[in-house]
Amino acid sequence: MNPVNYLYLAALLFTIGASGVLIRRNAIVLFMCVELMLNACNLALVAFSRMHGNLDGQIIAFFTMVVAAAEVVVGLAIIVSLFRTRHSASVDDASLMKL
Amino acid sequence: MSATAAASLTSTGEAVQFWVLGITAVIGALCTVLMKKAVHSALCLAGTMIILAVFYLANGAYFLGVVQIIVYTGAIMMLFLFVVMLVGVTAADSLTETLKGQRWLAALCGLGFGILLIAGIGNAGLKTFNGLGRVNSGGHVEALAALIFTKYVFAFEITGALLITAAVGAMVLTHKERTERAATQRELAERRVREGVQLPPLPAPGVYARHNAVDVPGLLPDGTPSDLTVSKTLRARGQVRDVSAEAIEDLKALEQRSAERLGREEAAK
Repeated sequence: MNPVNYLYLAALLFTIGASGVLIRRNAIVLFMCVELMLNACNLALVAFSRMHGNLDGQIIAFFTMVVAAAEVVVGLAIIVSLFRTRHSASVDDASLMKL
Repeated sequence: MSATAAASLTSTGEAVQFWVLGITAVIGALCTVLMKKAVHSALCLAGTMIILAVFYLANGAYFLGVVQIIVYTGAIMMLFLFVVMLVGVTAADSLTETLKGQRWLAALCGLGFGILLIAGIGNAGLKTFNGLGRVNSGGHVEALAALIFTKYVFAFEITGALLITAAVGAMVLTHKERTERAATQRELAERRVREGVQLPPLPAPGVYARHNAVDVPGLLPDGTPSDLTVSKTLRARGQVRDVSAEAIEDLKALEQRSAERLGREEAAK
């Protein structure tokens, strides 16, 4: 098997996550789709690291994980406070500023 | 271990693992997007992340594979489940389209994007395949540490600042300042007497009904269900069980049938 297959898998997962962000309306599921995209990027980075024979890709994947963790903490806090004020986690309901 | 991962072409075992787990991962990702309830999405995503951890291990990223399991499936996904429980498990996605044809356009966009991405990888000149044997010769974690603490030390310090900012941000966003003093037990009791609406504790669920589960409202003497008996949270979520006469009759008939099938004579009577 060619290790490039890992890249194809990562591209597929990224595409599924991106479509999910476009399709779904629930803020929590949107966040999960973003996480899926981040994970797909990590898989691509790890595969690149193996192909090129250096560890830089793995280090960047590691930093991606840290950023993802920070993002999830703040994002979920935003979702919880949105839910408190609007009693809904749907992104369509947060349209107060729409004309 | 590092030597096997460094082979210039992947072994048959890894190919089998890739195809089996890769298909499972794609199914899990699709379920994440397509499942109607957020809990199911979260569980499917957790499965996909565990499979990705296995792929990291197979690619020689042992540290990252373990971190993936601990941080992603262990911490982040559990945080997601926590928030899903907080926000309401049954809150299914609304299926009404606010923009006409938005779903189909989104799916089309996704398809086009996927074709573009995969065609790009297909055309890229990815001929080199070195494996990690040379860089891992002094130990995998040692090699990672050497990179983090020399070449990437500045980025590493910045992530520390980022994590602290995120922690403070989460606290600021979810913290609510209490503007008045919380009422004591005595004050609450006095207020209840003064208002005179509901002096004794609220009635328990399921009184005079067929079951005494928390979601079964108690019946008033005339047979109408009482809203007071069911917790406010369940009422708000619309999880109160239907206890109209025909629903109760249906339930009774169902229990009778199941008792007969299981041969429980005394229950059937």
